[in-house]
Amino acid sequence: MDETISFVLNGKPASLRTDPLRRLLDILREDFALTGTKEGCGQGECGACAVLLDGQLVNSCLVPAIAVSGKQVLTIEGFRATPRYALLRACFEQAGAVQCGFCTPGMLMAAEALLRRNPAPTQDEIRTALSGNLCRCTGYAAILKAVETAAKEGMER
Amino acid sequence: MTGCCRPETLEDALSILSRQGAQVLAGGTDWMVKHGQQGPHGGPVLYIAELAELRQIAVHGGEIHIGAACTLTELLESPLVPDCLKQPLAQMASPAIRNIATIGGNLCNASPAADALPMLSAMDAMLSLRSHKAEERLPAEDFLLAPGKPRLAQGQLLVEIHVPLSPKWDCVYRKVGLRRANSLSKVSFCALSDKKAGYVQDVRIAFGAVAPRVVRSREAEKRILSSGHPLTDDQIQAIAAEYGKLLKPIDDARSSRAYRREVSLRLLKWYLREGMNA
Repeated sequence: MDETISFVLNGKPASLRTDPLRRLLDILREDFALTGTKEGCGQGECGACAVLLDGQLVNSCLVPAIAVSGKQVLTIEGFRATPRYALLRACFEQAGAVQCGFCTPGMLMAAEALLRRNPAPTQDEIRTALSGNLCRCTGYAAILKAVETAAKEGMER
Repeated sequence: MTGCCRPETLEDALSILSRQGAQVLAGGTDWMVKHGQQGPHGGPVLYIAELAELRQIAVHGGEIHIGAACTLTELLESPLVPDCLKQPLAQMASPAIRNIATIGGNLCNASPAADALPMLSAMDAMLSLRSHKAEERLPAEDFLLAPGKPRLAQGQLLVEIHVPLSPKWDCVYRKVGLRRANSLSKVSFCALSDKKAGYVQDVRIAFGAVAPRVVRSREAEKRILSSGHPLTDDQIQAIAAEYGKLLKPIDDARSSRAYRREVSLRLLKWYLREGMNA
């Protein structure tokens, strides 16, 4: 039975009638056409569908609509409008941290979730923060380097 | 009730559970994998993740009381939660999953590979189970009846986990999995010791994922304590043989019976020889 679910999506109020157990991932892609959030495994293993829910990293394939009600959702499209996105993007480009790009939105959201809480992470903390995000082009070294550089440059600003 | 129900209070949730069976949904990290893409969802669903009564962490007497719907991240960030309980939690899943997965969900899924249960069993944690009319305290160790079967009666909900705060254990935790993040345990090993003046006063050992239930033996723990210090090789072999009888590992996609047994006993022997006295 459908219910009205209201939340804040990328800073703007959003509302829809839907199955309260429907995946946030499907709502974002199908109802709001926010296709930057990718479906990889659909089981919470790969992190391609990562978004921030009330500032915390979550896999949107595991989040039912009912759990979003009254909360703030930030997707890669909303994150694009921020200075840290610009910094991370530049660092990813510089480090060659993007090949096919499918994992990149999730990687960026995981990096943002880390840097919000911990602007000067150690290498180990970066590895842990990205540990739920898989890259099958296997650019991990470049991705870790990109986040490390972004943290350093972010601190210098 | 059809579809999905979101009670405002714990009392409402228990009242709904008492009137009709419902699938309980908390963090959803396992539930959504099983049910998220299909509909209808096979009966009513009771969403409890945001009930305030289930989200508290507080000290009462000599125990810490942890609400069943607290997320793993909340436990890891709480200064009240003992470090030895944080060790298995920190190695579970990945940050994004720890942000929504609940401690109660880990227990109620009743997987023999659930990583919170061996440590809770070793710490003599108790579970508070509530129904509309009654409250019951059950040792965490007795919660898993069989794979997939928690000891929850019709209408009962796991509401809190009670963990004794003393003694201050020296703790060893080892999880053996394919990789650091997002792997399910092939074997997990918990060992706690309470030392005074360098001598072990008390010891607890628990194994996960090597039998239908957590493996813990009070007889073997007593034997370790009464065997003198340090343990001789013969004593270590004899204690390992005792645990060997209790391990009932299986062959599955994650590992083999032989590997699980071998690794479990090697971890145990290492602990008795070195880890316990470190």
